[in-house]
Amino acid sequence: MTDTPTETPEAQAPPGRPPVVTPVRVLAGLCLVAPFVATLWVSSYADTSPDLGGVPFFYWYQLLWVPLSALLTVSAYLLVRREERQRRVRGGGDAR
Amino acid sequence: MKDGVNTVALTVFVLFFAAVTVMGFLAARWRRADNALHLDEWGLGGRSFGTWVTWFLLGGDLYTAYTFVAVPAVIYGAGAAGFFAVPYTIIAYPLVFLFLPRLWSVSHRHGYVTPADFVRGRYGSRGLSLAVALTGILATMPYIALQLVGIQAVLDVLGVGGGASANWFVKDLPLFVAFAVLAAYTYSSGLRAPALIAFVKDTLVYLVIIVAVVYIPMRLGGYGQIFDAAAHKFSAVNPATGKPVGSLVSGPQAQWGYATLALGSAMALFMYPHSVTGVLASRSRDTVRRNTAIMPAYSLMLGFLALLGFMAIKAGVGSGVKGYNAQLAVPQLFEDMFPSWFAGVAFAAIGIGALVPAAIMSIAAANLFTRNVYKEFLKPDATPAQETQVSKAVSLLVKVGALAFVLGMDKQFAINLQLLGGIWILQTFVSIVAGLFTRWFHRWALLAGWAAGMAYGTWKAYGVASPTTKHFGGSSTAIPVIGEIGYIGLTAFVLNLAVAFVLTLVLRAAKAPEGVDETASGDYTAEAGDPGVVEEKTLVAPAG
Repeated sequence: MTDTPTETPEAQAPPGRPPVVTPVRVLAGLCLVAPFVATLWVSSYADTSPDLGGVPFFYWYQLLWVPLSALLTVSAYLLVRREERQRRVRGGGDAR
Repeated sequence: MKDGVNTVALTVFVLFFAAVTVMGFLAARWRRADNALHLDEWGLGGRSFGTWVTWFLLGGDLYTAYTFVAVPAVIYGAGAAGFFAVPYTIIAYPLVFLFLPRLWSVSHRHGYVTPADFVRGRYGSRGLSLAVALTGILATMPYIALQLVGIQAVLDVLGVGGGASANWFVKDLPLFVAFAVLAAYTYSSGLRAPALIAFVKDTLVYLVIIVAVVYIPMRLGGYGQIFDAAAHKFSAVNPATGKPVGSLVSGPQAQWGYATLALGSAMALFMYPHSVTGVLASRSRDTVRRNTAIMPAYSLMLGFLALLGFMAIKAGVGSGVKGYNAQLAVPQLFEDMFPSWFAGVAFAAIGIGALVPAAIMSIAAANLFTRNVYKEFLKPDATPAQETQVSKAVSLLVKVGALAFVLGMDKQFAINLQLLGGIWILQTFVSIVAGLFTRWFHRWALLAGWAAGMAYGTWKAYGVASPTTKHFGGSSTAIPVIGEIGYIGLTAFVLNLAVAFVLTLVLRAAKAPEGVDETASGDYTAEAGDPGVVEEKTLVAPAG
C-alpha cells in the first residue's frame, strides 16, 4: 500500500509521519498506569477497615482492582484500536 | 490424610485423568495442518489459535498446579505476604499490553519461535541469544519439577502418596504413570494437547473455586469468622524470631517487599519461555491484545483461591501438628469440607492443572534448545522436520529430567531453584523488551548487564536464610541505597539496566561493531493478513 498523496485530500493533510504522542495515546497510557499506582502504593490500602462482609479492606480492595484493571485495559485497547483504524484510513499500511 | 484411601474421590480423579489422556492423544487431529513436520506445527500449534483458545491456553499455562498449592500455602502460613500474587497478576496485563503485541508481530514476520530467536535477529548476536535461551531453559526446568510437587500434594491427601512407610517405588508409582502419559501425548500432539486439555482444566478450576468460596464460608460461619481465626493465629509469637508468625495486613516493614515482589514478578511473567510460546501460538496481533484484557478473569480466580488459605486456618487444617506441610492445607481443606465426589473433582482440577503447564513448559524448553542451541551451534542446516524431531526428543528428556529431579533430590532444592529461576528470567527483560522498542542498547552491553544481574541475584538469594534453610530461604533482602527490604530480582534488574546503559554509552563512543538488525520498524506493528505478511516466507520455508 503506497501512499499516493494526490489521490485523496486526507492523504495530503498529514505531512510525513503522524505524531507518536497523541491525546488518545496519552489517555490509553493513563488507563494502563492507573492499576500500577493503585496496587503498588501498598500503604494506601494496608488496613483492615472498612471490611466488606467480614473481608478486611486489604483483601477486598485488591480484589476490586482486578475487574477495574480489566476495564481499564479494555478501554486502552478500544482507544488504541480506534486510532489505528483512523491512521490506516489516513496514512496507509505502515502508519501504525 | 493418612487415614486410608478416599475411594470415591480417587475414582473421580482417575476418571478425569483418563478423559484428558484420551483428549491429549486425539488433539493431534485437532486443526491439523498440511505441513505437520514443521516446528510451527508441533511447537506452536500451527500459530492458529483464536482469542478463546488462547485465553484457555494461557490461563492453563500461567496459573499452574504449583500456584494453586503454593499461594494459599503462604497465606495459610504467613497471611498478607502471600496475597502479593493478586497485585502481581493485576499489573502484569497492562504491562504486557505495551509490548507483547510487538513481540507477536515481529515473530510472525520473521518466523521466530522463541524469545531468543528474536534477540538473535534483532541484535545479530549469537552470544546474547544463547544467554537468553539458557536462562529460559534453566528457569523452566525447576518450574516443571514443581508441577510434580502439586500432583504429589493431591496424591498424598488422596491416600495414594504412600506415606513414609511405603517404599519409594510404590510411593511414586502414580507420579510415574501420570508423567509417562503426559510425555507420550505431548510427544505425539505437541502444543495442541495442552491447548485442548486446558479447556477441561480451566473449567474445572473455575467450578471448584466458585463453589469453594461460596460453600466453605457457609460451613465455617462466614468470612468474618474466618478472618478472626486467621488474625488469632498470626498474632501468636514465633519463639525463634520473637515476632508474630504472620499478619493479616501488610505491615510498614513489609510493604516495599510486597510491592517490589508484585512488580518484579509481573515483569518476569511473560519472559518465561512457556508464556511466550502461548502468545506466539495465537493467530493474530489482535488476539494477543484482546487476551491482555480478558486474562484478569484468572487473576480474580487466583485471588479467591488465595483466600482458601484463611479458610484452612478456620477449618482447623493441620492445627496442632508440628511442622505441618502448609502445601497440603488446601487439598486437605477440600477433603474435609467437600463431599467425596466433589473433592475428587477438586483434586482433578489441581492434577490436570499440573499437566497443562508441564506440557507447555517442556515444549518451550525444547524449542529453545532446538532453535537456539541445536540449529544455531550444532547443525545450522537443519531442516524444519529435523528441528521438530529434535524438539520432540528434547521435550521427553526435559520431563525425565524434571522427574529425576523431584524424586532423586530434595524437594526444597527444586523450590530454591524455582525461586532463583524467577530472579534469573527477569534478567532477560532488558534485552527482550527494550529490543522491541529501540535498537539503542549495544549487544555487548546487554550481555554484560545480564551477567551482572544474574550474578548479583544469585549471590543475594544465596545469602537469604530462613528457619528451614540456610541459603535461598526467600527472595527478598535489603535493597542497597534505599535500605528497605525488597525483591532481589528487581534490584538485580535495576543493576542490569544500569550496566547495560553505561556500557552502551562506552561502546558507542568506542565505535564497537553493532551487529546486524534483520528487523525493520514496520515489523513490530504488522498484523496477520497485512500486505507482505501473508505470503511471508516464514510460514512455509525454514524460518530464521
